[in-house]
Amino acid sequence: MTEIIQKVKNLSIGFKSKKGEEILILRNITTNIKKGETVGIVGESGSGKSTLALAMMGYVKHGLYTIGGECEFNSSNLLKMKNRDLEKIRGRKIAMIPQNAGQALTPNLKIGYQIDEALQLHSDLKEEEREQKISELLNKVRLPSPETIALRYPHELSGGQQQRVAVAMALAGTPDLLLLDEPTTGLDVTTQAHVLELLNFIAKDTGTSMVYVSHDLGAIAQVSDRIIVMYSGEIVLEGPSRDILKKPIHPYTYGLLKSIPKLSLAGLPQSMPGSQPQPGTMHRGCSFFDRCNFSEEKCKNNSPQLEYLEELKTSVRCFNYKSLMNDSQVNQTVNKIKTSLQDKEILNLSEVSISYAKQKLLDQVLNRISDDNPTVKDININIKKGETIALVGESGSGKSTILKSIAGLLRTKGGIIKFDQDRNLSSDLKERDPNDLRIIQLIFQNPDESLNPNHTVEEIIAQPLKLYFGLKGEELKKNIIDLLQKVRLGEFYMSRYPRQLSGGEKQRVAVARAFAAKPDIILCDEVTSALDVSVQAAVLNLLQQLKEDFGTTYIFVSHDLAVVRAISDRVAVLYQGRLCEVGPSKDVYQFPSHPYTEVLLGAVLEPDPDIKPKLVAEDIVEEKPPQKGCSFQGRCSRILGDICKNEVPPWQITNSGNSIRCHIPLKELQKDQIN
Amino acid sequence: MKLDNIYQEEKKSNFAKVAEIIITMASRPSGFIGLSILIFHVVLAFISPYIAPYDFKAINPTLMLQAPSAEYWFGTDDLGRDVFTRTILGGRTALTITFFGSLIALLWGGLLGIFCGLVGGKTDDIVMRIVDAFLSIPWILAMLLIVSLLGTSTEVLIPALGFFYGKGIVRVARAATHDVIAKDFIVSARARGHSNFSIIWNEIIPNVRDAILVEGAMRWSWMLLGFSSLSFLGFGVSPPTPDWGLMISNARGLMSFAYWSVIAPIVGLSSLIIGINLTADAFAKALGIDRSTKAPV
Ligand code: SF4
Ligand code: SF4
Repeated sequence: MTEIIQKVKNLSIGFKSKKGEEILILRNITTNIKKGETVGIVGESGSGKSTLALAMMGYVKHGLYTIGGECEFNSSNLLKMKNRDLEKIRGRKIAMIPQNAGQALTPNLKIGYQIDEALQLHSDLKEEEREQKISELLNKVRLPSPETIALRYPHELSGGQQQRVAVAMALAGTPDLLLLDEPTTGLDVTTQAHVLELLNFIAKDTGTSMVYVSHDLGAIAQVSDRIIVMYSGEIVLEGPSRDILKKPIHPYTYGLLKSIPKLSLAGLPQSMPGSQPQPGTMHRGCSFFDRCNFSEEKCKNNSPQLEYLEELKTSVRCFNYKSLMNDSQVNQTVNKIKTSLQDKEILNLSEVSISYAKQKLLDQVLNRISDDNPTVKDININIKKGETIALVGESGSGKSTILKSIAGLLRTKGGIIKFDQDRNLSSDLKERDPNDLRIIQLIFQNPDESLNPNHTVEEIIAQPLKLYFGLKGEELKKNIIDLLQKVRLGEFYMSRYPRQLSGGEKQRVAVARAFAAKPDIILCDEVTSALDVSVQAAVLNLLQQLKEDFGTTYIFVSHDLAVVRAISDRVAVLYQGRLCEVGPSKDVYQFPSHPYTEVLLGAVLEPDPDIKPKLVAEDIVEEKPPQKGCSFQGRCSRILGDICKNEVPPWQITNSGNSIRCHIPLKELQKDQIN
Repeated sequence: MKLDNIYQEEKKSNFAKVAEIIITMASRPSGFIGLSILIFHVVLAFISPYIAPYDFKAINPTLMLQAPSAEYWFGTDDLGRDVFTRTILGGRTALTITFFGSLIALLWGGLLGIFCGLVGGKTDDIVMRIVDAFLSIPWILAMLLIVSLLGTSTEVLIPALGFFYGKGIVRVARAATHDVIAKDFIVSARARGHSNFSIIWNEIIPNVRDAILVEGAMRWSWMLLGFSSLSFLGFGVSPPTPDWGLMISNARGLMSFAYWSVIAPIVGLSSLIIGINLTADAFAKALGIDRSTKAPV
């Protein structure tokens, strides 16, 4: 039997509410981490996964306290240890990489210096040895030319590189256990795939045990040997990674896997109703009862215990797992999306360019924008009424920038935005008349930010109704109730404040507000990325339903290619503010592809241990688009040479109407991609 | 749905909201003490003219510098006036002037701060430079200049104090506005085409109001100290009006043999300042605000 390095026994952590009730964040957690294994802890926000990871290094967040149980490391209970003793363990024996670790680097100290500090603190190496160790560590995390990287400052590195430095620092003390809290969330897809691959390598190479906490089953699937699924502060399922992902025997995991959009499937995944109960609201019965498709009468009042199944090496917390054991291959069914596409053109962008460059004084005085290499350039898109078009790309691709200009929030440098074939829309809000403003509405990424915390739901939805239609009194109220029903929220939500709603409910309110204006076009800016996985599908389904009812056109910006695949009719791929590929979504997701699309598709993480990401290009990030030639030349693995550097590639159109902008002829593009 | 009962929170009337805040404040010991002191002073300021045992300006040379006794609880001063009478009356002017001064400071400081935060860019830069320039003038010198030019009447003191103590509020309001306008709900309101006025009134003010109010309360106690310093220097309230700053100034030479004449106004002034501070502190905590400004004591 392999050695166990961390034992969590009956751990409960919670806080005291204002009323003096004890509210549990973690309920009776028992699990072991073995030497050399990577354990993925997956759960939605509020499931207690981060609290558990922190407890594993003897840390309990301010305001929380240990109610019972222990975290045993090297046969001593971390939660009872004195700070002085804990300091000896943290960094040396147990290291942690938090989310946004890159941003946690001290900005004014050189990378090498910071690693050296970590070495001095966590190891007994002498000076010469440390010097060597620094390059060794940087080498290990595969940073190019460690000698030069060591002399750089954090801001001179890309997000992915910073994350690697953070990994290097965590490895400085040669820890036995490495805790990673959402280490790749917030990184671009291609970078994410690279970092995960690196972590896999390190786990094998050093034999360090890792605990990988994430909400993203796709990322977890790539690294974990074992998966722990948490729900509402409890472990509901724990077992070997492959079994959990392929044959989940807990209804929650089963539903979750069904609700995640897949690259291989067009159409909307089934959604899971409801949302996770808030801590403290669960008193009796199974915490998943409200949302469970397999529930029985007894689940309502009896809490299932975690049951260990010897033959599967799996623990499950459900009365009914047997009914899932037989047919639990996750056969995903999707609701095919109906296109309500009409021939009428509703929005046309022609030759749009946008510049972020700071303008010279003269240009400011003359109120013009001059920049010969603007951030966004040559955008020509024709959008049909009733269509859902998605703009995809990594950060810096200009996708949100274009959205802002369409909304009138960012002045364009040149080009024309035309509505309904004949109305020119200025990219400056002040020059648009109220009706122009009404026809285009925005839904934002994070409903926490897009809803005023001091307004009730009623006030929030009333705003556009009052502004555009001058509604008052009973009529206003009737309209609000109507809209709430459309987004499947009851009338009683009117008097609530955003903080009293769950993430999914908040986003529904934001959707209701957008539809209140009776717009023709809705701009969706990463609308599902701040939501929990189980809620995401429900919001996508809602958007689709509303679109079918109202014939609205969506312009959908996302970095998540699987989500885009699920909902969009057409996709436009952007790199450095230039279009690379535009076409019907089923064709964009097939070959031939633009080399950049290929990179993006390859990097998508699917919750399936058999689908590994393909790492085609380097995960470097470019600051600025190249002056001339193809926008992707800096990272393209198939670059042809001077022609790509000097000449803007031509648009090539495939048989199915997919446009690809590359110098490589279509036939050849396809040939290599199929191999 | 189980969640419904728990999260059902009816929209409260403004009165209920204020009451709730006050109850939260008073539930902390420091907040309770602060509130009690403040209420005591305010009530005293209202009723003191009716309960004062003697005439505050009655000079009686035969009663000079009497030690505290059953008749003269806090003794008498160098002109034979009753110190108790003068002490309970001595906070009225200071309290009134600084209260209205703070209101003025809140109003102009808050609005200018919000405006600067909202428009940003050049205008914001220029206005903030000017505010900074004013901040760098020692306020007491400027106050002395104003008072010596325009006199020490209430009509001069209130706006002058309000002006000088509003500068800090500008900064707080501007910073709070900056935090808010970065949020998407402001962008959303803009994209819908709401006017600047509507954005300030509906979106910004509800979100910065608390921070500004807390800052205002804090400034009040600073202003009280400032105003008393002016009186102490002879530029505040003119004699024979009873005022703590003035009383401390008059009696400070007598400290060694007639301590009573100076201790009473000192206790009055400091307790009021502490009371306001504790209240402001509790207010901030009740609203959940992290305060950066420190109290004067
Ligand atoms: S115990 Fe019942 S309600 Fe809970 S997950 Fe299992 S079947 Fe569903
Ligand atoms: S044009 Fe050249 S650099 Fe650009 S994607 Fe094609 S091959 Fe790569």
